[in-house]
Amino acid sequence: MTLGLINANPVVQAKKEGLVRREDQYRDDGVDPLEMTKYVRDIRDPEHPYTLEQLRVVSEESVTVDDKLDRILITFTPTIQHCSMANIIGLCLRAKLKECLQLHYKVDIRVSPGSHADEVSVNKQLNDKERVVAALENPNLRQLVDECIYSDEI
Amino acid sequence: MKLMDKNLGLVEVQKLEGHTDRVWNVAWNPAADGVLASCSADKTVRIWEQSSLTRSWTCKAVLEGTHTRTVKSLAWSPSGKLLATASFDGTTCVWENFATDSESVSVLQVHESEVKSVSWNASGSLLATCGRDKSVWIWEVLPENEFECAAVLTGHSEDVKMVLWHPTMDVLFSCSYDNTIKIWWSEDEYGDYNCVQTLGELNNGHSSTVWSISFNAAGDKMVTCSDDLTVKIWKTDISMMQTGEGYVPW
Repeated sequence: MTLGLINANPVVQAKKEGLVRREDQYRDDGVDPLEMTKYVRDIRDPEHPYTLEQLRVVSEESVTVDDKLDRILITFTPTIQHCSMANIIGLCLRAKLKECLQLHYKVDIRVSPGSHADEVSVNKQLNDKERVVAALENPNLRQLVDECIYSDEI
Repeated sequence: MKLMDKNLGLVEVQKLEGHTDRVWNVAWNPAADGVLASCSADKTVRIWEQSSLTRSWTCKAVLEGTHTRTVKSLAWSPSGKLLATASFDGTTCVWENFATDSESVSVLQVHESEVKSVSWNASGSLLATCGRDKSVWIWEVLPENEFECAAVLTGHSEDVKMVLWHPTMDVLFSCSYDNTIKIWWSEDEYGDYNCVQTLGELNNGHSSTVWSISFNAAGDKMVTCSDDLTVKIWKTDISMMQTGEGYVPW
């Protein structure tokens, strides 16, 4: 048994293959939510050797795109209510998306409603652009985030 | 002439390229025409000048090698001779005679984490800084680009996003991640600053992070903006305050 993990026994699900894209619904130059989901679902959880998708932290329903306003909303579900890794997961999502997305999209990241005890304060920190940038400049945090988002390349 | 009759459309004059990462802030030099400064996540500050002949803007200087992280904001002294810069590396630098042989930089290293904002008072005799460590510092400006700490103001319960001196009086304003705006005032000449008012949710204040403050020229109106999606306009009876009767709330 591993000591010290916040959630020592996460529920793991098998990776879903062959997500079907609905061609008709999104304009050609817009952002496809399924495409976005593909970018984030393989991010490794900071605590466990599983992806965010396997732990059901993100799923196909995680990404919502507003093509008119160029806004994207990502909701994620921490594995437990008092997950102290919620902020790290949020930073991983931001860091990964920064690479994939064109700059003009505004991205909001929130925990799914009711899924975290400090929902309001976690959401506030994750959507404070200045705090996110400063956190990702911190070498220790940056290293942890890089390990999570580049884990499939190791 | 009604305001709506005028064509208030803004036309881009020029795009200034050079920074290699997000540009966080810009400021016009208050004393020199056609000079502005910008600061960036690329850790540098750039000084741009407009040619009086061609009217086009070029980069006259790049202030680099001093800040080791994002430079978040900057402020020119009222004389236009000093430039203060606030950085995520925890320092505030004050530059004088940059890009010349007599360039000097004073490094104020007191904040425990990222410095978010810096502001000069109207006369240029005081400098204020603030940061994520929740504190606001006031410095006395001495000759030869020297600074002495005049006050350390604690009171905000979270990251302080911006500090700004009132345009005519030595009253300091700060706004924060704690959703409030605080007003700091020294009653006497000994420089004991106290928080004389807090504008929070209970007295018409904001319900989320307050990012920025700005005053009109007369200093009797203030505008603030917030993560709560609103812009609020505030007023005070400035003439009463200026007669020395004491503090008048916003």
